[in-house]
Amino acid sequence: MSHAVNADTAGTAGSDAGPTPGLSPKAKAALSEGKKAERRLGLLLCAPAILIMAAVAGWPIVYSLWLSLQRYDLKFPDRTEFVGLENYVTVLSNPYWWNAMWVTVLITVVSVAVELVLGMALALIMHRTLVGRGIVRTSTLIPYGIVTVVAAFSWRYAWTPGTGYLAETVAGGDPVLTEKIPAIMVVTLAEIWKTTPFMALLLMAGLALVPDDLLKAAAMDGASAWQRFTKVMVPVMKPAILVALLFRTLDAFRIFDNLFVLTAGSQGTSSVSMLTYNNLIKGLNLGIGSTMSVLIFIAVAIIAFVFVKLFGTAAPGGDGGGRR
Amino acid sequence: MAEIVLDSVTKQYPDGAVAVRDVDIEIADGEFIILVGPSGCGKSTTLNMIAGLEDITSGELRIGGERVNERAPKDRDIAMVFQSYALYPHMTVKENMAFPLRLAKVDDATVEKKVRDAAEILDLTQHLDRKPSNLSGGQRQRVAMGRAIVRNPKAFLMDEPLSNLDAKLRVQMRTSVSRLQKQLGTTTVYVTHDQTEAMTLGDRVVVMRGGAVQQIGAPQFLYDNPANLFVAGFIGSPAMNFVPAALEHGVLRSALGDVPLTDRVRGLLEGADAPREVIMGLRPEHFEDARLVDEAVRAKGVTFTDHVDVLESMGSDKFAYFSLQGEQATSAELAELAADAGAADVPGGGVSLVARIAATSTAVEGEPADIWFDADKVQLFDPANGRNLTYSG
Ligand SMILES: Nc1ncnc2c1ncn2[C@@H]1O[C@H](COP(=O)(O)OP(=O)(O)OP(=O)(O)O)[C@@H](O)[C@H]1O
Ligand SMILES: [Mg+2]
Repeated sequence: MSHAVNADTAGTAGSDAGPTPGLSPKAKAALSEGKKAERRLGLLLCAPAILIMAAVAGWPIVYSLWLSLQRYDLKFPDRTEFVGLENYVTVLSNPYWWNAMWVTVLITVVSVAVELVLGMALALIMHRTLVGRGIVRTSTLIPYGIVTVVAAFSWRYAWTPGTGYLAETVAGGDPVLTEKIPAIMVVTLAEIWKTTPFMALLLMAGLALVPDDLLKAAAMDGASAWQRFTKVMVPVMKPAILVALLFRTLDAFRIFDNLFVLTAGSQGTSSVSMLTYNNLIKGLNLGIGSTMSVLIFIAVAIIAFVFVKLFGTAAPGGDGGGRR
Repeated sequence: MAEIVLDSVTKQYPDGAVAVRDVDIEIADGEFIILVGPSGCGKSTTLNMIAGLEDITSGELRIGGERVNERAPKDRDIAMVFQSYALYPHMTVKENMAFPLRLAKVDDATVEKKVRDAAEILDLTQHLDRKPSNLSGGQRQRVAMGRAIVRNPKAFLMDEPLSNLDAKLRVQMRTSVSRLQKQLGTTTVYVTHDQTEAMTLGDRVVVMRGGAVQQIGAPQFLYDNPANLFVAGFIGSPAMNFVPAALEHGVLRSALGDVPLTDRVRGLLEGADAPREVIMGLRPEHFEDARLVDEAVRAKGVTFTDHVDVLESMGSDKFAYFSLQGEQATSAELAELAADAGAADVPGGGVSLVARIAATSTAVEGEPADIWFDADKVQLFDPANGRNLTYSG
């Protein structure tokens, strides 16, 4: 009896290995027939969005790439010609460009780091407060709601000797915005002041992902408040933290409006965006300006790539799925 | 290991809700005690107060003779198992179980050994390097247990640890929880709203209702001697039958006929100051198909005839459902029990009755049957306050 059963299973196993490969392409074909139709419909539905994206984002990118390969100065329009990568050599061997790059990186790193810490603190406060939650949230969001240029002007006046209270009290009457390092510090401060609420908001969404039971369990397991934070809360909300960092890094890297109002890029405080603006709009040098735009684009792409790679290493294993 | 004493413990939440009122429980060292009651009766709140996750509004909590009201959870040396298991999703099974030991700065070799031992006991050895998200419900539950037992705490607290498992696994895990507790001999407080778990697991059961303790005792004692209607109706499955009755000249007039008071019942009623209108409680197993009862025994009980609404054969015996004429027994307790069971809005007036009769019974669905019950097993309750008038504790 058992023999027969064995033979039977062996038989099915054998036939499994046999005809299925012959069968499966057919099945696959049938399946992909439906899949194909679905995919076609999907593409069709996406098409309008793709067209619009191509028009408003794709075309400018391609066009600046094209411009960046030409000598093209509106002051000397008759000297326009295709020069290959010459513009890139010019920009990348220019000390102004590298100074602007380091200023941008400095502002980005410092402001994002400080924003992360402050934003986390704010998020925790907002998450924990039971009374007046709405008021607390609204009031922390105020800086983010003010138009950047308006806020930047109030920062400028505050730091201007004679009119500004910050210049009088903190700086002791010194014109801080006219010196490189102090000016960069003020710009960074303005950035932090303005976007910390945004960071806090993103982090608070992450905090909501940490189940209460998990923190209770950690407390029972003997973790202090700090250990609960570092060993449970932060690892569990890591995806949210990374998203917040990515958003803010990309944003900070393109800093323009605060700088434009506060220093206008004087004393070597230009960011890469500032420098690009000066070349492209003020200098009317479309070739060099476009080259700089393309370089910024590449830098931003690298930042995004690094972060997405980081997600890639954090996501598998279903860290997200295990939370349910 | 230690005894836990709750001395008139009360919990009032900031919003003013009193979740637990004047609870006195003395839990002996090594005892397995069950907190049971309907949803919202304050079981979790009580457990969280013992754990230190909720502040105690008034009263005293002592663990091992020491007042611990003000101590943080981590200084109470108590482990807890949550309904959601609360496993750390970013850690492997091994890291989850080692977490309390790592926090206690236990050296690596000891951690390794203790985790191995616990994994051995819980049959988790081959899963140690997996993440919780890749485990089945039962495995996760065991990891949660493992995390509790590795550090050898003074007590285990468990808040409905099995209620996320399917029925079959729940029965299986119930046995292993019980075995584990016996093996370790650690004081355990276990919360459930499932009366079967309460009956099978604990040394003693605490029945709670609306934040107050109704009765504390061994499962069998609670079953045989419920202090009031609530406990009587809550413990036992299928639940006790309640039939309104009137005490007149030494007999109980009810929809089941006139029930004579036996000597035992009469004796218990003597000091009880019973009202005229009472609620008569009868366990399903105290009924029998009259045809299967000897003449001599039959005389000691009451026989009635009614249509069998539904007949369920369980193999070992049969459940016969009747709907009797007359008013349903009413009281606040019964209404709450019905609400908890989700039966509050089941249609149909009259008294419904369940009788557990022998599998050999020839009763037929939809036909009348003669059913006998033991008059000596009758329990009488005061409808006004639910008190058991025949309590013999
Ligand atoms: N944080 C809180 N604030 C205010 N009231 C609360 C809070 N937590 C619980 N309660 C109330 O306290 C009462 C007891 O709640 P508890 O969680 O202890 O019930 P439970 O017996 O565990 O119920 P369940 O079986 O549903 O888990 C409930 O009425 C509930 O509404
Ligand atoms: Mg609960």
